[in-house]
Amino acid sequence: MYRRVSILMRKHFVSVLVLCVAMIASLSVRAADPGKGKTLFQQNCASCHNVHKQVTGPALKGVEGRWSDKKLLHQWIKNSSSVVASGDPYAVKIFNDFNKQVMPGFPSFSDADIDDILAFIAQEEVKDPNAGKTAGPAGASAASQDSGNNSLLFGIITLILAVVALILMQINSNLNKLAADKDGVPTGEPVPFYKNKAYIALAILLLFIVGGYYTINGAIGLGRQKDYMPEQPIFYSHKVHAGVNQINCLYCHAGAEKSKHAMIPSENICMNCHKTISEYSGADLYTAEGKKVNGTAEIQKLYDHVGWDKTAQAYTKPGKPIQWTKIHNLPDHVYFNHSQHIVAGKQQCQTCHGAITEMDEVHQFAELSMGWCVNCHRTTKVQFADNKYYSIFEQFHQQVKDGKIDSVTVEMVGGTECQKCHY
Amino acid sequence: MEQKKYWKGLEELHNTKEHQEIVNNEFREDLPFEESESLLNATTPRRDFLKYLGFTTAAATIAASCETPVKKAIPYVNKPEDITPGVPNYYASTYAVDGEYLPIVVKTREGRPIKVDGNDLSSITGTASSARVQGSVLSLYDAARLRFPTINGAETTWAELDKQVGAALAGLGGAPIVLLTSTIISPSTKKVIAGFQAKYPGFRHVTYDAVSYSGMLQANEASYGKRALPVYHFENAKTIVSLDADFLGTWLNPVEYSRGYGANRKIDQRKPEMSKHFHFESMMSVTGANADERYTHKPSEAGAVALALLSAVGGAVSKPAIADKRLAEGIEKAAKALVASQGKALVVSGSNDVNVQIIVNAINNQIGANGNTIDWASTVSYRQGIDSDMTSLVSELNAGSIGALFVYGVNPAYDYYDAAKFVSGVKQTKLTVTFNDRKDETSEIFKYAAPAHHFLESWGDAEGRTGYFSFIQPTIAPLFKTRAFESTLLAWSGNATSWEDFLKNEWITKLGSQEAWDKALQEGIIEPAQPAALGGASFSGDVAGAASKINSAKKGGKLELVLYQKVAIGNGKEANNPWLQEMPDPITRSTWDNYAVISNTLAKTFNTELGDDYEINNDRTVLKIKANGKEISLPLLILPGIHPEVVAIAVGYGRNNNAGKAAAGVGKNAYPFVTFNGQTFDYFAADATVEKTGETAQIGVTQTHNSYEGRPIVKETTLEEFLKNPHEVNEDRKELEQFGPDFRKDGTLYPDVHQYQGIKWGMSIDLNTCFGCGACTIACQAENNVSVVGKEQVIKAHEMHWLRIDRYFAGDENNPEVVFQPMLCQHCDNAPCENVCPVAATNHSSEGINQMAYNRCIGTRYCANNCPYKVRRFNWRDWNGADSFENNLYDVAGMNDDLTRMVLNPDVVVRSRGVMEKCSFCVQRLQDAKLTAKKAGRPMKDGEAKTACQVACAADAIVFGNVNDKESRIAKLRNEEQTNRMYYVLEQIHTLPSINYLAKIRNKDAEPKAKGHHEEAAHHEAAAKH
Repeated sequence: MYRRVSILMRKHFVSVLVLCVAMIASLSVRAADPGKGKTLFQQNCASCHNVHKQVTGPALKGVEGRWSDKKLLHQWIKNSSSVVASGDPYAVKIFNDFNKQVMPGFPSFSDADIDDILAFIAQEEVKDPNAGKTAGPAGASAASQDSGNNSLLFGIITLILAVVALILMQINSNLNKLAADKDGVPTGEPVPFYKNKAYIALAILLLFIVGGYYTINGAIGLGRQKDYMPEQPIFYSHKVHAGVNQINCLYCHAGAEKSKHAMIPSENICMNCHKTISEYSGADLYTAEGKKVNGTAEIQKLYDHVGWDKTAQAYTKPGKPIQWTKIHNLPDHVYFNHSQHIVAGKQQCQTCHGAITEMDEVHQFAELSMGWCVNCHRTTKVQFADNKYYSIFEQFHQQVKDGKIDSVTVEMVGGTECQKCHY
Repeated sequence: MEQKKYWKGLEELHNTKEHQEIVNNEFREDLPFEESESLLNATTPRRDFLKYLGFTTAAATIAASCETPVKKAIPYVNKPEDITPGVPNYYASTYAVDGEYLPIVVKTREGRPIKVDGNDLSSITGTASSARVQGSVLSLYDAARLRFPTINGAETTWAELDKQVGAALAGLGGAPIVLLTSTIISPSTKKVIAGFQAKYPGFRHVTYDAVSYSGMLQANEASYGKRALPVYHFENAKTIVSLDADFLGTWLNPVEYSRGYGANRKIDQRKPEMSKHFHFESMMSVTGANADERYTHKPSEAGAVALALLSAVGGAVSKPAIADKRLAEGIEKAAKALVASQGKALVVSGSNDVNVQIIVNAINNQIGANGNTIDWASTVSYRQGIDSDMTSLVSELNAGSIGALFVYGVNPAYDYYDAAKFVSGVKQTKLTVTFNDRKDETSEIFKYAAPAHHFLESWGDAEGRTGYFSFIQPTIAPLFKTRAFESTLLAWSGNATSWEDFLKNEWITKLGSQEAWDKALQEGIIEPAQPAALGGASFSGDVAGAASKINSAKKGGKLELVLYQKVAIGNGKEANNPWLQEMPDPITRSTWDNYAVISNTLAKTFNTELGDDYEINNDRTVLKIKANGKEISLPLLILPGIHPEVVAIAVGYGRNNNAGKAAAGVGKNAYPFVTFNGQTFDYFAADATVEKTGETAQIGVTQTHNSYEGRPIVKETTLEEFLKNPHEVNEDRKELEQFGPDFRKDGTLYPDVHQYQGIKWGMSIDLNTCFGCGACTIACQAENNVSVVGKEQVIKAHEMHWLRIDRYFAGDENNPEVVFQPMLCQHCDNAPCENVCPVAATNHSSEGINQMAYNRCIGTRYCANNCPYKVRRFNWRDWNGADSFENNLYDVAGMNDDLTRMVLNPDVVVRSRGVMEKCSFCVQRLQDAKLTAKKAGRPMKDGEAKTACQVACAADAIVFGNVNDKESRIAKLRNEEQTNRMYYVLEQIHTLPSINYLAKIRNKDAEPKAKGHHEEAAHHEAAAKH
C-alpha cells in the first residue's frame, strides 16, 4: 500500500511539475536557459557532437565565437545547406572539412531553443572535461544503514523482559513454597522450569507458530526473486541513460508498445548513440558493493561485443550478442503482455519496475507474484470512457451514468479470471 | 421427429455384453504404478512406507532449497527490422507437394514457422486447408530429414559433390540422363529443367505419381485431345455422381472440391435446397460417407457401373448386366437425376483405367457437364504422371541403357509396384543422384544425395490452374546444409545464376517491375482479374472401343482387394509425421496403422462373430491376404458399409526403419498389390484370397473410447421432410417448455450467476457441411501444442485431441448412413465439470469460456467423469517434458528433440503429467484479437477472433463469434438464419452449451419410419442399467 501511495504521489508530482514549468515558460520573460538547453542538446545534438572534442561533427566549444553572425549560426542549425549555398566562407570551410557531410537540419527549433542550447554549451565549455571524476562515494552508503535497527532493539528488549518475567515467576513460586512451608502446608518437591509441562507446552506451541510462519512464508517465496540484482556482463546504468540523460524507455525497449516482450535492445540500438559516445564523463559510478566503475571501460566492453573499432570508426570484427542475466522471470505458465499494460492500460514502466531512472544496477522492484498482479487488477481502473473497446459494456456505462459506480476496474471486466494470464 | 438410432460401431448397435461393460467402466483405470504389487507384498510395508516418506520429504527439501536457476536474456546483435520478438509475422507461400496445390499463409514467430493456413486471397481455396497441409509445418522439423549432401552415405561438401557429379555427367558418353520427379506444377522449375536439357541433349524428364491419375490424363487426351485435367466446378453441380472418386478426402485437390461441394450443401432455411450426391464405391470413403445415396460394387465392376450409367443417361452403349439389384436400381436413379439436372450435373471417377475414364467423359458429355460444371478453358496441373513412362524407364534402367538417374520428390523404391525391379535397375545405373529431402527407401540406394530444402525454406512458384499463380518464399533460413533442387540443377547446367535470382528475373520480366514482384510475393498469388468464362470441349472419344475393352476385362474372383489412401497419410510421403499418424481415420477411427478392412459378413467366416468382444478387445485376428502372387498379413477391421466381397488396405504404411521414428514399423506396405495393366496401374486386385493366420495384433481404434449411452446427440432429417415441416427438427425442444417460457432460467433451481456483459463467445457447427476430413483436428493440434501419445496409449484411450470428429452409423448394417460430428468442449454456461473440481481449477469466465487452469489442477479427473460430452483429456504421462523430473518423459514419436520442439506455439503452455486439458476456444487468439482492438481504442469487429478449427475448415462449417454482438454472424445465425436447424447437444440436461449444432439434412427419399423415439430411449435406459 505504501508503495502505491508513493507512486501516486510521484505521478502527481511529475504532472504538477510539468504544469508549473509550462506556465513559467509561457509567462515569464525568458532568458536563455542552459538547463533546457542541456535536454535539447542531449536529445538532438549529442549523437554527433561533443562540447570538448570532435566526433562526427566538430567540437562545439567556442562555437559562437567562430561564427561571424549569430543569425547565420541560427540559420545553420535550422538548415545548414542553405548557409553553404549562400557562400558564407566559414560555412563552406566547415562543410568541406567534414567530407561534405550535411548536418541534418532542425527546422523545428525556435530561436529560443537554439539560444538555450548555446547557453548550455557556453556553460559546459568552461568546465574541465576531466573534472568530477574523483569524488568519492562518501555518504552514499551511510544513509541506508538507518532503518532496520529498531527491530533488533525491540527483540533485545523482548528477550530481556521475557527473562525477567521468567525470573519473577520463579521467585513467585519459590515464595509461594516458602509461605506454604511456613504455614505447614505440605508441598511437593519444586519442579524445575525446564521440566514444567506448562512451560514445555508453551515453548512447543511458540516454536510451532514461529516455525510454521517462516516455513509457509519461505514456501510461498520459493521461486520469487524480489530485489534480485545480478551482476551483468556490462555495467549498464539505467540511471545514467534514463535518468541523467533522459532517454525515453521506449527508445531501447521498443517492444513494450508492440509486443508481449519489452525487448532488451539489440546492440545496433546501443550503437546508434555509442558510435560517437565512446567515453563516460558523468558522475562517478559505483557497484552495489561500492566498487568504482570505469564507465569508459564499460563502453569498451560494448565495442568488444559488437566488434567496433573506435579509432577506425568502423566495425572490424563480427558481433556477438551480450548475454544479459534475466532479472524479471515469470513462470512458463504465465502469459504477460507489455503492450497490453503500456498501450491499452496506459501504465507507467515505473509502476512495476520501480524507480528505474535511479537504479545504476537494476533490481527486481516488484514481487511479481500472482497476488501482486491480482491486487493491482482489483484496484486499477480501465480507460473505460476513453477507450471505445469498452463501449460494449453497456450495463457498466449505464451504471456510471446513473452514478452507481464511479469507475470500472480491471477486475470488473474479467481481469482476474484464470485464462486472462494462464493458457 | 423420429429419432434414429446411431451407433459408433457394431458393438454398440448390438449392445453386446462387453460393450455394456466398457461403458460402465469408462472411467475406471488403475494408476500406472508398476511396482505397487511388490510394495504391497513386502514383509514390512509400514516401515518401508515410513522410509519412503522420510526419503521423499528429505529429497523434496533438498530439491526445493536448490538455487533458482539463472536465466540469460540474449538480444540480437543486429535486430532484423521486420522481427519483433513476441509478434508473429505472416508470409504467403504455397503448399505444392505431389501436385496437391494450396496457396498458404505461414505464421512465424521469432523466425520459425509454427502454423500453416490457407491464403484467404486465393479464390480457389481461401483459408481452407487439409490435415496434411496443417501437418506440413511439422515435417519441416522432421528429424529424419537429410542434413547434408552425401556420397555413398558419407558427408561431403557441395563443392565436392558438384565436382564429382560434374565429372560423372561429362563421362556419360551420351548415355541418357533421366530426371524422375513427382508432379511439378512450378513453371520456373520446369524452365530450369529445360535449361538442363539444353545442356544435356540426352536428358529427359519423367513424372511419376505414387498414386497415379494416368488413366484420366490419357482418357482426356483420347476424348478431347488434351492430356490435362479440367477444373471441376462442384459449386455449379446440382447432381453429383462419384464413381469411387474420394474428392472430399484424397482425390486430386480435395480442399478445392470440398469448398465447391460445401457451397451447395449449405441450407438457407428461407429457400432450402441442396445438391444431390450419389456415390458408387467398394470401400467406404469420406466422400461416400457424405453422399445422399451410396451404393457398393466390387472394384472389377467399376467399368460396368460406368457403362450402365452411360447407357442409362442415353449413351449409345449396350447396358451391361449388373447382378446386384440395389446397385442396378441406384444406377438408374442416379441417371435419372443426372438427366433431370442437365447442364448442372457432374460425374467424377476415381478409376485409373483409361477406358473407364473415357466412358465417364462420355457421360459428362451426354449430361452437358462440359462448359458448365467442368471447365476445359483452363486446366489444372495437379497430376502429370503417365504410368507407361515409368514402367518403360524401369525397363531401360534394367537394360542398363540409362546413364544417369536423378530423383526428386519420389520414392519408387517404396511405392513403385515392382520396387525390386526399380532397385535392381538403379544398381545398374552409373550415376544416381537423389534430391529427396529426407531419408527414404530410394535415397539410401542412391550414390549421391543432394538434399533439397523443405518447401518452407524454399523459393518457388506454382501454377495450379491455368493463369492462377502462387509463390513460395522462404519462411526460415535453411535448417541444414541443404540446397534448393533448382539451384543444384542450375549449377550443373553451368548457369551461375542463383535460383532466387532466376525466379526473380523470370517474374520481374513477366510482371514488369520489382514492385509488382514484391507485391506478388507479399500477396502470394496472382489471379486473373476476371475469372475466365467456363469452356467446353468437343468429345471425340472411342466409346464403343472402350466399352468392348471393359466388357472383355477379366471378371473378378470371389473376393477382391482394393487399395485406398487414408486422408491423413495419403500416399505415404508424410508417414513420419506423428500428427498425421495419430489423426483418427475419419471412417475407421483408427490411428497409427493400416489393416485389412472387411465387412461383418466376411468377418464371420473367420469366426470373428459379432456379439463377441471384437470391437472392445483390441486384439484383432490377423489375416493373410494374397493377390497377384504377393501376400501380407494384417489385422482385420470390420467396417459396416464396405462391399461384402471386398478387402480394403490403405497404402502409405510399412515404411522402413530409416524413414523416421514415427513411420518405422507402422503397418505394412500395400503397394506391391498394385498391378500394371499394360496402360496404367490398377489399384485393385480382381482375385484375392484371405485366410486366418491364427495370430492376433492390436489396432489403436478410438471409436469405443467414449459412449453417449444412446442419448440422442445428432439430429437429422431429409430435405423432403424439412421442406414439409421446417420445425420438425426442433420439435423435441418443445418438451423443454414444460419448465417454463425461458428454459435457461426456469430449467434450474439455482440462480444464473454468470453475466456476460461484454463478450459471450459462441460457436456453431453445421453438420451438413462437416465432411469429417479432420483438418480442424490437426489445426487444433498445431495451434494448441496438443500432445502425441503413440499407438500403445491410444489403445488405452489416452489420446489427447481437443477436437475429435465422432463418426456415427445409422440404419442398415450393410449400407449404413454416416454422420460426422465434431466434438469439443461445449463451454457450458452451467458446466457439470466446474462444480465437481475440488480446487476450482476449472471455472467460468465472464466471456462464457470454461477455463482450465493447468497449474491449479491436481488431477482428480472428477471433471472428466462428470462431462456429458466426454471432451476432457487427461495427461496420463509426461508427453512434453513439462515435468520437473526428466525421466518422466514419455515420447514414442520423437516429438521432444530440440528440432521438433521448434513447432510449438510459444503462446500456449505445454501441459505436464497429471493435469486435465481440453479445448480453450483458442483463448490465445481471442485475447490477441481483443488486445488489438483495445490498443486501437475501438470495439472488436466480428470475425477478428477466429479459432484454429474455424480457419482450417474447407466448407465453412464452423462459425465463431461474440453472441452479444447482435450484428455478428453467430448471433444472426442463431436468432434469424438457422432457427429451424439449430440445436444444442443434450440441451435437456441444462448444461447450457456455448456451441450449437445445425441439424444434418440428407437429400434422399424419406426412410420408412423407424422405431419411435421413446421406445428407443427406453431400450437404452434399460441397457444402461445393466
